Amino acid sequence: MAEQMTGAEMVVRALADQGVEHIFGYPGGAALPIYDAMFQQDKVQHILVRHEQGAGHMAEGYARSTGKVGVVLVTSGPGATNVVTPLTDALMDSIPIVVISAQVPTALIGSDAFQECDTVGITRSCTKHNYLVKSVNDLPRVLHEAFHIARSGRPGPVLVDIPKDVQFAMGTYLTADEIGTSRHKSYNPPSQGDSGAIAAAVDLMLKARRPIFYTGGGVVNSGPEASETLRELAELTGFPVTSTLMGLGSFPGSHPQWMGMLGMHGTYEANMAMHDCDLMINIGARFDDRITGRLDAFSPNSVKIHVDIDPSSINKNVRIDLPIIGDCGLVLEEMVRIWRSKTNEPRTEALAPWWEEIAGWRKRNSLGFRNSDTTIKPQHAIQRLYEATKGREVFITTEVGQHQMWAAQHFHFEQPNRWMTSGGLGTMGYGLPAAVGVQVAHPDAVVIDIAGEASVQMTMQELSTAVQYRLPIKIFILNNERMGMVRQWQDLLHGSRYAHSYSESLPDFVKLAEAYGAKGIRCDDPAELDAAIAAMLDHDGPVVFDVLVEKDENCLPMIPSGKPHNEMILPDFAEDIGSVIDAKGRQLV
Amino acid sequence: MNAHLQPSGSAYFLSAETQKPERHTLSVLVDNEPGILARIVGLFAARGYNIDSLTVSETEHEKHLSRITVVTVATPKVLLQIKLQLERLVPVHKVYDLTADGKALERELALVKVAGTGDQRVETLRLADAFRAQVVDATTESFVFEVTGKPSKIDSFIALMVPLGLVEVVRTGLAAISRGAEGM
Repeated sequence: MAEQMTGAEMVVRALADQGVEHIFGYPGGAALPIYDAMFQQDKVQHILVRHEQGAGHMAEGYARSTGKVGVVLVTSGPGATNVVTPLTDALMDSIPIVVISAQVPTALIGSDAFQECDTVGITRSCTKHNYLVKSVNDLPRVLHEAFHIARSGRPGPVLVDIPKDVQFAMGTYLTADEIGTSRHKSYNPPSQGDSGAIAAAVDLMLKARRPIFYTGGGVVNSGPEASETLRELAELTGFPVTSTLMGLGSFPGSHPQWMGMLGMHGTYEANMAMHDCDLMINIGARFDDRITGRLDAFSPNSVKIHVDIDPSSINKNVRIDLPIIGDCGLVLEEMVRIWRSKTNEPRTEALAPWWEEIAGWRKRNSLGFRNSDTTIKPQHAIQRLYEATKGREVFITTEVGQHQMWAAQHFHFEQPNRWMTSGGLGTMGYGLPAAVGVQVAHPDAVVIDIAGEASVQMTMQELSTAVQYRLPIKIFILNNERMGMVRQWQDLLHGSRYAHSYSESLPDFVKLAEAYGAKGIRCDDPAELDAAIAAMLDHDGPVVFDVLVEKDENCLPMIPSGKPHNEMILPDFAEDIGSVIDAKGRQLV
Repeated sequence: MNAHLQPSGSAYFLSAETQKPERHTLSVLVDNEPGILARIVGLFAARGYNIDSLTVSETEHEKHLSRITVVTVATPKVLLQIKLQLERLVPVHKVYDLTADGKALERELALVKVAGTGDQRVETLRLADAFRAQVVDATTESFVFEVTGKPSKIDSFIALMVPLGLVEVVRTGLAAISRGAEGM
């Protein structure tokens, strides 16, 4: 059974055996043997990117939209350093990717050889795990282990650095089963939560008067079944559900129990309910600072349950009363089972006063904005895009900034894995390559990068990749000629001194699209917006859609710096946001 | 609950620490593979934890296992994070807080070089005897002592050697093990 082959052939073989169909990469000197092996097979399709950062984000988009591991292949030196940003991004957002980087031959390591860098040293703190493979005999084990570690437990990025001589060396290939990868001697992530703790959680849920589910990316990572179970549990209990940026889609946006996103730019009702609840059930979220706001004023009177597969997330930022360490989906199933064994009815009457209070908060219409006949409001543009794509198989990626928050607020998701965004790291330039990765995995779906004109220029070159592989991504640029979020913070904190937060010398995006061989559309008239969006969606190919929007629109509602959840800026106060934060508040960011 | 620091307008809200830092000895069982020490040290550096002492050596050759003994000073909340963050590392088998689980045995070895002549040398040797320090190198004007014991004992010995012509000291860092029949 065991076959002899070169290290390079082992790489390609292991990818195929791991079920990998697409990889994203860029060749170079040290990676040539692997590229040669790729050339001589047709199981794994290689997508040639324009910059290795793009490859990393494509793999992230691919992984997030499919639940599979995304794979990147890069050369040594600059190839490896260029993937540091996506690796960090994937680590922060728990996205399973495997990066295979080539390295100079083992005999040259440490000699400052051409295109040499200390790849495992550089990436040690931005990967879940990484390897330098110095012997071809270790290669099959390391490759299979890399996939196992990337996808199991709390998912994350794994890097395998392979020197060129190891790629040429002959050795014995073994499959994951032959090696027994899943029985690792020190890495054994938890899965099933403690049933005693889950039963205790259900007891608390049965008594709660003001409960809320606070769900996160962990539900998405747990697989689509976890989202279904969440919905089942929410309907059984009758509790309201809010979610972090990363968790959007794990609960249907059209559901009456849906509260919208929480946190810094979350809805008023979600944040008020988090602040005033008596029982918080956190499922797969990590109490990020954009969620909690001021920690000592965060949900002061609630009992907190935290379900997380990573024990280090528990009690890291917020004190937890009842931790449950395990896979969200399995814990949710167990909660449903125990709940059903105790009662058959939602506690409608007991929860009625809570829902009444929530209805009051909802009436504030915190996502409201003043629309205009003359200029396109960015929120309006997203709402129209949402309406135009409703009912179709649609995937949304974003860059980072105001447009990202508006997309999170105004685009609604019914299913998980449809929303790809850079949450933890906040990587501008994520959305365009992520859209390419998503479209590779879902060739017939509508894939839209909701972008800003500043972010999108960071990885604009990947439009060329989309054109080459006929990937009909739509790049929906909300162009306000500003780094809008930076401008908003400068208004809030720095006396409206706009230090370098405006986009000068912008390209003509229509001509730019045409130069790449894509279609460009520009729209600046609210009356023509719907027709322009229809034209974008109808075009069978990549489109750059340049929407000229209101330049100084603020992204609201907002929990200002250092304030608790119940002190949000609502759209009604939007006239003078410069007066909201006092002098003391400006000292820190 | 931490009292909050004023002023703060930060989205990264800072709060005053009310817990007192404690000194703990952690024993970390790891696969002896390249880069493992860098992972551990990098984790401490990246997350702002303290290392007061660090001792590393392979302890079970056939199983490629090493024991890393780390002495750190942190609040109870951070100590728990250190343990959990260490356990996230793939090659880490187990982290054992020796201080939390009763009084562990702690030993350190030091080599102490002292130079001097005449009466000073006699006094040096007398004190070395009292501390059960062995002479491992001698010349007509110097000694090198090997002294083993709790870190506090070594501190005392070194302090006594200062007026007697202390030249330099090397210390191994702490090795620690739990008392009783149970292993890690």
